[in-house]
Amino acid sequence: MKLIVDGIEREVDVEPGMPLLWVLRDELGITGVKYGCGVAQCGACTVHLNGEAVRSCQTPAADAEGAEVLTINGLGTPDALHAVQEAWIDHQVAQCGYCQSGQIMQAAALLAENPDPTDADIDDAMWGNLCRCGTYPRIRAAIHTAAAKLKEA
Amino acid sequence: MSRLRTITRRGFLIGSAAIAGGVAFGVYSARTPHPNPLLEGLAEGEASFNPWVLVRADGITLITPHADKGQGVTSAQAVLIAEEMDLEMGQFEVSFGAPDPAYYNTALTSEAVPFMPTNESWGAETVRDALGGVAKLLGMQGTGGSSAMPDSFDKLRRAGAIARETLKLAAARETGVAVEDLRTESGAVVLPDGTRLDYTALASAAAGVDPVQDVTLRDPAEWRLIGKPTQRVDIVAKSTGTMTYGIDLKVEGVVHAAVRTNPRQGGALLSYDDSAARAMRGVSDVLEIPGGIAVIADNTWRAIRAAETVEVDWGPAPYLAEQDDHWTALADAFNDDQLDKTWRDEGDTSATISAATDVVQAEYRSPYVAHAPLEPLNAIVRVNADSTDVWTGHQMPQFLQRQVAAITGQTPDQIRFHNQFIGGSFGHRLELEYLKHAAAIAVQMPGIPVKLTYSREEDFAHDYPRHPAIGRGRGVVANGRVEAMEVDIAAPSVMASQMGRIGMNIPGPDSQITSGAWNNPYNIPNLRVRGFRAEGLAPVSSWRAVGAPGAGFIFDSFLDELIHAAGADPLEERIRLMGHEASRRVLETVGEMASWAGPLGNGKGRGVAFVESFGVPFAQIIEVTATDRGIRIDDVWAACDVGTVVDPVNFEGLVQGGIVFGLGHAINCEITYADGMAQQQNYYDHEAMRIWQAPRIHVRGLENGSKVRGIGEPMVPPAAPALANAIFAATGQRIREMPFNKHIDFV
Repeated sequence: MKLIVDGIEREVDVEPGMPLLWVLRDELGITGVKYGCGVAQCGACTVHLNGEAVRSCQTPAADAEGAEVLTINGLGTPDALHAVQEAWIDHQVAQCGYCQSGQIMQAAALLAENPDPTDADIDDAMWGNLCRCGTYPRIRAAIHTAAAKLKEA
Repeated sequence: MSRLRTITRRGFLIGSAAIAGGVAFGVYSARTPHPNPLLEGLAEGEASFNPWVLVRADGITLITPHADKGQGVTSAQAVLIAEEMDLEMGQFEVSFGAPDPAYYNTALTSEAVPFMPTNESWGAETVRDALGGVAKLLGMQGTGGSSAMPDSFDKLRRAGAIARETLKLAAARETGVAVEDLRTESGAVVLPDGTRLDYTALASAAAGVDPVQDVTLRDPAEWRLIGKPTQRVDIVAKSTGTMTYGIDLKVEGVVHAAVRTNPRQGGALLSYDDSAARAMRGVSDVLEIPGGIAVIADNTWRAIRAAETVEVDWGPAPYLAEQDDHWTALADAFNDDQLDKTWRDEGDTSATISAATDVVQAEYRSPYVAHAPLEPLNAIVRVNADSTDVWTGHQMPQFLQRQVAAITGQTPDQIRFHNQFIGGSFGHRLELEYLKHAAAIAVQMPGIPVKLTYSREEDFAHDYPRHPAIGRGRGVVANGRVEAMEVDIAAPSVMASQMGRIGMNIPGPDSQITSGAWNNPYNIPNLRVRGFRAEGLAPVSSWRAVGAPGAGFIFDSFLDELIHAAGADPLEERIRLMGHEASRRVLETVGEMASWAGPLGNGKGRGVAFVESFGVPFAQIIEVTATDRGIRIDDVWAACDVGTVVDPVNFEGLVQGGIVFGLGHAINCEITYADGMAQQQNYYDHEAMRIWQAPRIHVRGLENGSKVRGIGEPMVPPAAPALANAIFAATGQRIREMPFNKHIDFV
C-alpha cells in the first residue's frame, strides 16, 4: 500500500484496517503523532489527510492509500518552523507536550480555513483536543498570534 | 548512628514522631556527602566538580535528576546551576543522569512531619532537618510532592558556584593570574585584559583541581536567570513533534507487548484461552505474567488488539466490589477505633457546640479520580546476562530498581535505569505495576528488548486512583463571626496503600487524610480537625496534591457555609481569621486582583477559597454565571506565595493549567467500582475540562514566604471549593459532592 507522508511516497505492508496512527508510528517511525486514547476522544493523533484534520487512530490505512498525509513532523521542523509552531514556542504553551502535536495540527487546519478566528471559533475547532495539563488559555493566545503572523506573511 | 540506621531500615518515618533520640547523631552522620557518580565515568580531559556538572572539551552537561512530567523542572534545575555558573541558556546540554544516592531528595520528606508548614519554630525545623538526613542516608531520589524546587534551590545553585570557582582556580593556575582578578561570564573565565577562556577549554586543567567548596551564593539582586522569563529547554522539541517520550523510543531488536491483567486490581488470573490471539498476524507469543497475560507482537496495535481477544476468567477483587460499599466503609469509619489522629484541637469545640442552640452541620464527599495522563504507561525492558536496562519515565528511580531487580533476580545496582521525558503523570509515574509487568515479560525473553505499551483502557483499569473521602462538619457562629468549627474526615490511607505495594510499612498516622484541612493556618477560636482511617477500599495512590483536593474541598466549603451562616463577607471573614501573615497577604491580594466587593447579582456569583498545601498558601476567587444552559465559569483570580518564583512564564502556565485540571475533575470526573472493576474506561467517561469550558485565569505569585516552594500541585486544591462557593453565590445551591455535574449542569 502506498501513502504520501510529509511529501514522501512510502510503501507499507499492513492490514487495511490498521489505523493510520500505527502505520505512521510503528511502521514508518514517525513518532510525533501520538497515541492517547485510540477512540477519537483526545485528538493527540491528529494529522492532515488531503489537507483536512483527521484523527489518525480512527482512519483505517486503506482510507489513506494514495492520499497526502501531513504530520507534525512535516508541518515544520525546529529549523523551519510553521507559524503555528512558532507561536506555540513564543507562548510556551507546552507543559508535558504530549497532546501538542495534535493541538498544533488542529490549529493549523483551523487557520488554513479561517485566517482570523474568534475565541468562539477556536473553541469550536479545538473542542476535541484534550490537554490534561490544562494549557487551553495559552492555546487560545497562540492561535491568535499565529493568525496575525500568517496574515503578515 | 546505629539507632537511626535501625529505624530507617524498618521503614520510612513519614508522619511519625518516632525519630526522637536518633535526631542529632543521625543528622550529623547524614551530613557526610555521597560520592560524585560522575567521577567514575570520566575520560581524560573531562572534569566534574559535583554530581550535577560535567565539563568536557566539546561541551557542558548539567545533570537535572528530577523527573520531568511536564512541569518544566528540567529547565528550572538547569537555571539554578546556570545562574551561579554564569552559563547562558543554550550553552549546555541536560541529562537526567543515572540513579544515584548523591541525588537524594531532602525536601520530599520535609513536609511529612506533624508540624504545619507555616510553623518554622526550632522544633519543627529540627524534625524536618532530621527527616532530610534520613532521606540522604537512604539515598532516596525522587520527584513528587512539589519538592523539586525546595530540594534543588540551594543545592544546585551551590553546585553551579562550586563549578564556577573551581574553573576560576584552574584558570588561575594555567595563567598565573590571581583568582581574585578573574571573573566569569557566559561560559568563560575572563582575565583582567578581557581574554576569555571558555570553560570547555579549561576542562582538562580543572580535572586536576580539587573542587572549591567554600563558595558564596549570589545576592538575588544580581540574578540574571532566576525570576526572569527563560525559554524551557524542551519547548522547541515539544512544539515540533521531535520530543522523544518513552513511548517513542526505538531500541534495536525490540518486540512489542500488550498486557491484560485482572481489572479487579491485585486479583488472580484463573484461566484463559489465547487461541484466537495466537492466530493473529504479527503475534509471536502469549505469555503468562502474575495476574494476567501478555501478547508479544511485531507492532503495538497488533499486540493490543490480540490481547483484547484473549478470553480470560478473573478471580475476585481483594477489596470491596461495589461502590456503595466503599461509601459505607467511609461512613462507618467515624469512630474512636478508627481515629487516625486529632490534628488540630484549639479552644473547646465540643463544649461550644454542645452549648449552642444552632449548630451548622454538613457532609461532603470526594470521589476516586483517575490520573489518566495522556501518554499511556509504557516501558522498554531488556534483561541482560548481568544487568537489566529499563527505559521509561519514572519519579522514583531506586524503587524502580528494587522492584525490577526482585523480578530479574539481580541486585538493584544491576538495574540500569534510563529516565525519559514523561507525557504527564499527576502521580501516575510513582507507581510500579506496569514496570513489574514489563519486567515479568522481559525476564521470559532474555536479551530481547520488550516494549510494553498500555492501551488507554488498560491504563484506566489499572490506575490506582486518588483516594475518596467523606467529610463531616459541625460549627457555631455568633455575632457575625465563626466561633467554632469541627471537621472530621474519613479516608483510606494513601500512604499505607502506596508504600505497602513496595513492601514498606509506614508507622504512625497519615497526614494526607486531612491534608488541605488541618494545615490551613486559621485562628478560629474553637477548631478541631480529625482524620479517620477507612479500611477495605480499593488500592489508591497519590494524585496531584494527594490529600488536599479532597480535604481542602471539605474544609473550605464548610468554612464558607459557616461564614454565610454568620452573615459575614466570605473574603473578609477569611482574612480576619487568618493567623499567618504571608497567607493573609495572599487573600488580600486575590481580593484586590478581582476587585472583590460583595454579591454581584444578575445570575453571577463569586466564591473565594483558600487552601494551603506543600507549604504554599493559595487563594482563588472564581466568578460564574448561571445561564439557562447551566453554570459557566467566567474568570479565576489566583494568588499564592512560593517564596521565590524561579520562572514567571512557566509559573503562570503551571498555575493556569493546574486550575483547569482542578476544575475539570471537580466538575465531571469520578471512578466508581462495580464487580470490583473501575467502570470508567476512557476519556469519554472521565473527561475533565475541554477548551470551551476553560475560563480566563489571572495569576499572581507573591514572594513573601521565607522558603522557596514548588508549584506542581498547590493550585489544584482551592479550585473545587472556590467553584462550589461561587455556584452557591450565584444560585443559592450548595454543592457538597464532587463531581459537581451530579448536582448541577455546566455549559
